[in-house]
Amino acid sequence: MSNLSLMWQSFPLLLKGFLITLEIAVMVATMGIFLGTLVGLGRTSGKGWLSGTLRVYVEVMRGTPLYTQLLLVCFGLPVALDIQFDTFTAAVLTMGVNSSAYVSEIIRAGIQSIDKGQMEAARSMGMSHSQAMLYVILPQAIKRVIPPLLNEIIALIKESSLIGALALVELTRTAQLIASRTYRPFPAYLGAALIYLVTVLVLSQFTAWLERRLRASD
Amino acid sequence: MIKINGLHKRFGKLEVLQGIDLHVKPGEVVVVIGPSGSGKSTLLRCINRLEEPTEGEIVIAGEPVPAGGKGLDEVRAELGMVFQRFNLFPHKTALENVTLGPAKVRKMTPPQADALGRALLEKVGLADKADAYPAHLSGGQQQRVAIARALAMQPKAMLFDEPTSALDPELVGEVLEVMKQLAREGMTMMVVTHEMGFAREVAHRIIFMDQGKVMEEGPPEQFFAAPKEERTRTFLRKVL
Repeated sequence: MSNLSLMWQSFPLLLKGFLITLEIAVMVATMGIFLGTLVGLGRTSGKGWLSGTLRVYVEVMRGTPLYTQLLLVCFGLPVALDIQFDTFTAAVLTMGVNSSAYVSEIIRAGIQSIDKGQMEAARSMGMSHSQAMLYVILPQAIKRVIPPLLNEIIALIKESSLIGALALVELTRTAQLIASRTYRPFPAYLGAALIYLVTVLVLSQFTAWLERRLRASD
Repeated sequence: MIKINGLHKRFGKLEVLQGIDLHVKPGEVVVVIGPSGSGKSTLLRCINRLEEPTEGEIVIAGEPVPAGGKGLDEVRAELGMVFQRFNLFPHKTALENVTLGPAKVRKMTPPQADALGRALLEKVGLADKADAYPAHLSGGQQQRVAIARALAMQPKAMLFDEPTSALDPELVGEVLEVMKQLAREGMTMMVVTHEMGFAREVAHRIIFMDQGKVMEEGPPEQFFAAPKEERTRTFLRKVL
């Protein structure tokens, strides 16, 4: 059988794996963006103790490889603490927390890129720090964080293949299984790669459209 | 209305304000002039604590300005501020810029805020620009929207921080015209500016600052005709 037709035959299985990948990505991205935004806001709150603590959090999360973190949490912790937990949930939580560190840096950079006069104008009208953030700073920062945020989402879609290595049969793991069953790794992995590529392309198109819409006031 | 007692401001070793005492009466227009780096803008920014004073007390309408928290927000709402670089909110239309404060700080209903906003844009001559975004307005128009935005809080006094310094010369007049009208209506104003014509015509009192101190003050007729200090004379020779 030719490589192409074998790849074609693998697609139904690969798409099943892809749905798991998508599920992981949506959960991790949601968690990463939510938690990351909170951390980013905390780091720009002007409260020394808070931004200091959160800085340590970011440094630790960023300073160790995701794969090591996953192994540590999914296999190290249960032994050390002598408890059982669902490996998949643990893996998704770990990835979400990891992603939040990167997202928080994106949010922080976005907030700090807004001219300081904007905050001053808002505060001089009697708005609180939170009101100024909500009505003045964040709506402007959002436009600037969309491209780097997309980068982060793309990265985590691809990194979700790490979860396949230890907990769950997602897209890459599915391809691996097909490859070992058919002894034909090329079509299986090529099929998986194509699915990743199409997903990322669709995402960038969506982001480009979103950026155009938000540019109305420029 | 605005009382400043023993105000000092240091940035590290640099003492930008070296003990300022000043009292602005209700309805008074005080124009602050002086060479750049003399501390004029810092003085203005200390009044609503955009800049944290190192020492000294600010009293607005009988109430000391608190160091932070809700009390400070309330005082700030009573003091309109106009900035050199306008600082309009670029993601909001002219009208939305003006109505944001009344809606969120004064808790006006949308129709109330809208009516107030349109009336104020009308007052600064920009009724037809209500739906324009700042990026589509000239500098002079932006600054007039910024004045309307500050007035929308119905402040007790207005602080102007070099409101025409970032404008092309041909746009200065329209902004000064709006400020003159405010002065005629009896608004308490403190204006940092390099516009000597405006100072002479509108000010009740001129404050001349140099190196963080008030060097000389007086009514404009006397100040411009017969300055007492040598430093003032040198400055006036350069700018007039």
